[in-house]
Amino acid sequence: MTATRSMVLAETAEPAGRGPADRGTRRRPRVVRGSRPGWFVYSALAIVLASAVFPFYWSLLIGSGDASTIRDPNMSWLPGGNFLENAATVINDPAVNFWRALWNSIYSSALIALSVVFFSTLAGWAFAKLRFRGGRWLLVFVVATMAVPTQLGVVPLYILFADLGWTGNIGAIIIPALTSAFGVFWMTQYLQQSVPDELIEAARVDGASSFRTFLTVGLPAARPAAAMLGLFTFVSAWNNFFWPFIVLDRIDPTLPVALSLLQSNHFVDYSIVLAGVLLSTIPLLILFAFAGKQLVSGIMAGAVKG
Amino acid sequence: MTSTATAPPSSAERPDATSGPPPQRAPKRIAFSHRLSRWDLKLSPYLYISPFFILFIVTGLFPIAYTAVISFMDWDMVRNTGTFIGFDQYVYVLTQPKFWIALRNTFSIFLLSSIPQLILAIFIAAMLDQNIRAKTFWRMGVLVPYVMAPVAVALIFSNMFGDQYGLVNTFLADLGIPPVKWHSDAFASHIAIATMVNFRWTGYNTLILLAAMQAIPRDYYEAASIDGASKLRQFFAITVPSLRPTLIFVIITSTIGGLQIFDEPRMYDQFGTGGADSQWLTITLYLYDIGWGQWNFGRAAALAWILFLIILAIGVINLLVTRRLVRNEGSVGR
Repeated sequence: MTATRSMVLAETAEPAGRGPADRGTRRRPRVVRGSRPGWFVYSALAIVLASAVFPFYWSLLIGSGDASTIRDPNMSWLPGGNFLENAATVINDPAVNFWRALWNSIYSSALIALSVVFFSTLAGWAFAKLRFRGGRWLLVFVVATMAVPTQLGVVPLYILFADLGWTGNIGAIIIPALTSAFGVFWMTQYLQQSVPDELIEAARVDGASSFRTFLTVGLPAARPAAAMLGLFTFVSAWNNFFWPFIVLDRIDPTLPVALSLLQSNHFVDYSIVLAGVLLSTIPLLILFAFAGKQLVSGIMAGAVKG
Repeated sequence: MTSTATAPPSSAERPDATSGPPPQRAPKRIAFSHRLSRWDLKLSPYLYISPFFILFIVTGLFPIAYTAVISFMDWDMVRNTGTFIGFDQYVYVLTQPKFWIALRNTFSIFLLSSIPQLILAIFIAAMLDQNIRAKTFWRMGVLVPYVMAPVAVALIFSNMFGDQYGLVNTFLADLGIPPVKWHSDAFASHIAIATMVNFRWTGYNTLILLAAMQAIPRDYYEAASIDGASKLRQFFAITVPSLRPTLIFVIITSTIGGLQIFDEPRMYDQFGTGGADSQWLTITLYLYDIGWGQWNFGRAAALAWILFLIILAIGVINLLVTRRLVRNEGSVGR
């Protein structure tokens, strides 16, 4: 259950991760157009950047103040000194279960990302490089499933998990997300372009079994696209709210669900709520610091070109 | 790079593979292993794609079909079964004034978020497409909001759009503009919620459009500047028309996502019911309320199907418009 948006994104997309994977054989060398742009472009971009970052800063401002900060007409534009105190209130709130939520988010998102990457690579390998009856048709089916909204299945899914006694269990959000149509399509596209058929033939002639060929030829070749798929899956699993909100409870939440509990508990004191927002965003900001470049090139590689 | 990276493992494989089987072994065993490898070739593709399909049947296909079944039922939560009542649930949902308010709100929020967002994204992408310094820095900068959870975004913005002490109203007051009722006024609340969506997605779409811009052959611009066309003229005569397929694609995907909006309106106040007069009630929020507020699964299922059909209808309209536009573009000569 990744965000539908990014799911459908690659429907008409080109192979993933073109960037480092091909040596620009097809890309013509870029002619440098004119000189460097003037101050106007930079200042416009600076405004864009400022508005992209401002809400983070705002939550730091409010989250490091106290309940009255927001009402103060002469509010300071520098962070106050209460952030740690507010963060402690969030962490110690028994109704929110912060550590539990953090752990749930980390491990469910990581598990989902790993599983999606593995099964998508496996299926993508089959669709891209192995010939079998009905393959084309089945791939079309996979693509078609990407357009179906999450909402369409939630009622029976809930009945199903309630029947199993799994409501409130973190497994209820992991199981449905273990594979992804978007992932299968993404890996199919990538592997089609990046692995020459001769390589597979060679492995086969050498007597390697089908699975061994996948392990020694397919998996290493898929690495760049798999890394990007893993990143996107992780981020969208981490941020997912609708289904976890329905099926999980306050004892065993994920971070977004915990945030919604925090809001209903502390709506009079926004300094606590926004401290919690900041706390829950820090892990992804750290991830972004390391993998932001990958995310950028992933989006740009997945985009429709021309 | 890929081929060089993958060649070593398979050639490293070779020694034990070639030195191993054929000559020394008995013909019978070769036949057996041959048969085995034929089965291996035939069956393994199905085996590889089966995890996706099995899971999809259980958690995707079955629920969708079952949603249709339940939507024709009066579902009994206690006994966990239902009695067939035909189209009654659909009739009920469609005759609720709340449904039509939710439909109006959903479309209003969708339009307020998608149109300004696209226009903004095109201009930001055009600036990033210039020969700027520190390209990666700026590209990462616009993407920062994407990693923030919609729930977190909604909490921050609902604070900034507070009716009484919100940052936005304080700012307006400084300009001498009377405060806006960001929560009690329907249209104002739609603007606030659309702003959250725009905040999170503009950078993402910017990068998609940037990728499309970089694929435009540079000679077009050179030819145009030799002909004396200004930068602005080049932008509207070359860049924008070339982006059309990408734009249409972005529009379609944001339609599917936008019509399902839930997180932002749900978190816009502490009650999560879409406002006292349903000012910002959306269809999915209404679905949640029917299903898990009133615990009426039959009606929730009917509403889910109605939403799906709406999305499908909009998708088809989009596609028809797309076809025409793309054809028109073909005649322009790209």
